[in-house]
Amino acid sequence: MTLHRRALLTGGVAALALPNLAPAQEAPGVTANEIRIGSTNALSGPASSYSVISRCLTAMFKRLNDQGGVGGKQVNFIVYDDAYTPPRTLEQTRRLVEQDKVAFLFNQLGTPTNSAIHRYVNQRKVPHLFLATGADKWAQPQEYPWTMGWQPSYRTEAQIYTKHILEQRPQAKIGVLYQNDDFGKDYVNGVRDVLGARFDSMVKLVSHEATDATIDSQIVTLQGSGVDALICGIIPRFAAQAIRKVFDIGWKPALMFMTNVSVSGSIVMQPAGAEKGVGLITSDYRKDQSDPSWADDPGMNEWRDFMRRYIPDGELGDNNYTYGYGAASTMIQVLRQCGTNFSRDNVMKQATSIAPLEIGTLLPGVKVSTTPTNYHPIRHMQLQRWDGRSWVRFGNVIEGANV
Amino acid sequence: MDGFAHQIIAGIATGGIYASVALALVMIYQATHHVNFAQGEMATLSTFIAWAMVEAGIPYWLAFVATVLVSFIIGVLVERLLMRPVQNAPVLTHVGVFIGLLLIVGNMTGWIFGYTTKVFPSPFTSSGPLMGGLISAHELGSTAVTLVVLTLVFLFFRYTSLGLAMRAAAYNPRSARLVGIRVGWMLALGWGLAAAIGAVAGMMVAPVVFLDPTMMTGILLYAFAGALIGGIDNPLGAVIGGFAVGVLENLAGAYVVGTELKLTVALAIIIGVLVVRPSGLLGRVVASRV
Amino acid sequence: MSASENIPLPAGLTAAARPSLAGWQRGLLVVAGAVVAIAPAFLLESFQLFQLTTAVIMGLAVLGLNMVTGYNGQISLGHGAFYALGAYSTAILMSHLDWSFWATLPVSAAVCGLVGYGIGFPALRLGGLYLALTTFSLAVAVPQILKYKAFEDWTGGVQGLFLVKPDAPAWLPGELTSDQWMYFVAVIVAAACFLLCWNLIRGRIGRALMATRDHPVAAEAMGMDIATLKTRAFAVSAMVTGIAGSLSAVAIEFVAPDSFSLMVSITLFVGMVVGGVASILGSLFGGLFVIFVPNIAEAISKAAPGVIYGIILIAFLFILPDGFAGLLRRIAGRLRRRG
Repeated sequence: MTLHRRALLTGGVAALALPNLAPAQEAPGVTANEIRIGSTNALSGPASSYSVISRCLTAMFKRLNDQGGVGGKQVNFIVYDDAYTPPRTLEQTRRLVEQDKVAFLFNQLGTPTNSAIHRYVNQRKVPHLFLATGADKWAQPQEYPWTMGWQPSYRTEAQIYTKHILEQRPQAKIGVLYQNDDFGKDYVNGVRDVLGARFDSMVKLVSHEATDATIDSQIVTLQGSGVDALICGIIPRFAAQAIRKVFDIGWKPALMFMTNVSVSGSIVMQPAGAEKGVGLITSDYRKDQSDPSWADDPGMNEWRDFMRRYIPDGELGDNNYTYGYGAASTMIQVLRQCGTNFSRDNVMKQATSIAPLEIGTLLPGVKVSTTPTNYHPIRHMQLQRWDGRSWVRFGNVIEGANV
Repeated sequence: MDGFAHQIIAGIATGGIYASVALALVMIYQATHHVNFAQGEMATLSTFIAWAMVEAGIPYWLAFVATVLVSFIIGVLVERLLMRPVQNAPVLTHVGVFIGLLLIVGNMTGWIFGYTTKVFPSPFTSSGPLMGGLISAHELGSTAVTLVVLTLVFLFFRYTSLGLAMRAAAYNPRSARLVGIRVGWMLALGWGLAAAIGAVAGMMVAPVVFLDPTMMTGILLYAFAGALIGGIDNPLGAVIGGFAVGVLENLAGAYVVGTELKLTVALAIIIGVLVVRPSGLLGRVVASRV
Repeated sequence: MSASENIPLPAGLTAAARPSLAGWQRGLLVVAGAVVAIAPAFLLESFQLFQLTTAVIMGLAVLGLNMVTGYNGQISLGHGAFYALGAYSTAILMSHLDWSFWATLPVSAAVCGLVGYGIGFPALRLGGLYLALTTFSLAVAVPQILKYKAFEDWTGGVQGLFLVKPDAPAWLPGELTSDQWMYFVAVIVAAACFLLCWNLIRGRIGRALMATRDHPVAAEAMGMDIATLKTRAFAVSAMVTGIAGSLSAVAIEFVAPDSFSLMVSITLFVGMVVGGVASILGSLFGGLFVIFVPNIAEAISKAAPGVIYGIILIAFLFILPDGFAGLLRRIAGRLRRRG
């Protein structure tokens, strides 16, 4: 705050001395040597496992500042806690926009939380970029031109799985095990998109609550209803349980798919028992840092180097760190494209014109790209199968699901 | 019909988890006449302490015993440092302190140990799956542990003079003080024992549900329900209540209303039971003199 | 557990002090109160005003809880359920049926009052802890019910519902921003509810409520109908908290199941305890506390704001075990002794 005031003061003195040369502050959140970026995340409460994302983003901007900043300015990244509750997200976002006067908002966490501010940021014309949520609704350039997601949507992922099932086993009985919230329901929607009228006859839906202790009962129900292709939209702790339980009760569904949220080797597959997940399929866009095949990968080595220098006490197995690295890399690319003009219009213009960009933590062939009509920065994914030790990619890189 | 039996067995396995936590709740109620909302979070923290010891190469049973002792000390400290200053405040203030404790411990665990899912080892192993994989050796073993703890608690309160003194201190502090019981230390001891039982429960639960900072949040709700159904002042009731809730929620979810409403239905049944028997199935009906 | 025994008895004290105020003094107090309530709308920036609006709404919700837990001794850990019910009543009527906000208020109040009355009956059978945990389970169940597919067409399911703040009426002089008008709406509705509760509490009904809390048997012996009193207390309490929920729905312009998790009930409870159990003014302070203190906690530590908030909460309760209202009572007592 004192720094800010001093900057204003010197700025004021300069303005007095040279009235014609000092430009009026041309854009909100941008001063002579600083650009302010705001974000919200669950720093407290039950969803605080995601707080490592904002920790990673902060470290990425610190690295950028250490390297000399961008456009001659240092990035001041401000994160506030919303405890994953929509009313608090609105409060904190208004604090960022109206009180801290940030230039724009970046990578705010969660679907219900971002929903609460969706209209507000678009009315105010504040760029609301690369949100940390896999919902489908952030790509509406017509209605909400200031909001954009980042990762492939869960819905697209479910569409890919369903199409794969129809190719492999057209007569399959499909089971969907999902967490009863917006995240899980997107998997149900994706399956419905592909099956259409056949949905009711082909699909058995079983949900669980985040507060459930185990999902044993759900697995037993799915097995009992003759499911032979299972799609799981569940978080890591339950994913590990599901993989273990399906194996332990001797159920061998012909195909079993796991959301790419829950496929980390060290967090899901090893806890479940690496051998119990053999044959499991997912479709991912990120490299799994615990996969031995990326041990000497230059892109991942750069990420490891970043972790060693900027987050030395971070858990290397936590894939929120590779997620944050990718999102921040995209943001930094947009800032570089801005040159020296960090007005909200220009930030949005650059964010919607990213030429295909490769990022070290993303799978080969997966590129970030946007246009003024394409608000899906990452559309590529590739199917991969667990072989008991690591994920083996198969088939081509898939772009969208083209339902 | 096969599926039905499977649902019941799965329910019993999950119910064992609820029962062990419910037992810790009853324990602290017996000893302090409080229900500690932070019990689940404290148990999770204890389990993380045990995890850190096992990771550091300490043998399982040594880590187990050390964790129980450390948790006991933490429990005593919490009573001395946090509950003692407000002992004369209104009961609602106590609940406020519990909520504060919940916030502190709940947020601290992830901050210290990280948020990723962790594997916690089980001392009970078998060569193959039991009963078609519906129940694991660990689930059988942990149920046995719950029953052993239950027996110990019962014997302690029923047959030892210390147990009697603790019950007296909780039930009627003033009279207890008159007969020479050190009420303050009895309460601290109760907190310590409850934290220790919570730690055992946490270490038994973690291999099944996997360890992360929110491991106990949902379980605690069901454990409350189990303890209430059984009667909050009756350890046996709490264990039976825990198993009942586990089976009930599975059957409701699988056959009655579907999984989307199973929590709601389970809670409605609990309210129904309580309306008919306000002190729980095995709870003591207290008649008060006017 | 006899929770009721330890709850302080404020009404006797304050009631005794009140008649000593002369008419003009009382008038002055009302004017001063009005000035304090109106001034922020023109002094604060729009964001701070928005925060204050949410704090007033929270204070109103805490007041509702205080009516049943503070004044009547029935511990509820599930008032978030009524808050959600009020919010969804308003949101559904406004977004599906295009009702105006004001028209939804009586409906929301009636719905919450009725449901509260209904919950009051099983509550009659349950004492202390059992009631606390039963209401707790109500709060747990609410998000699940809101998400249930049978109601999805109305509640919007996991996606929630969007609505729009009421606009300032055209006949008002000057140009009020939507934030200023929202603040006035919240203050007007809250003031009406606070007045209503204050009138209830200081009269015959209030004494009966507190008598059933403190000495149920004696109260019954004196001919009070405890069952009716308790169920009605629950109804009024649910109604007030529900109205606060309605206000929150329009102030946030969005409702979703995640907005009404268990934490809401816990937050309301914290607000009541720090504000002071059985205190009308304390409820308002409680609302301010639960909105502003988390921000203070966050300013102290970004790494673990939840830990800091917990520490502040416990420290506050150590210093003021009977809440903010307890402090006020002590100050008032000291002043009276001196005078």
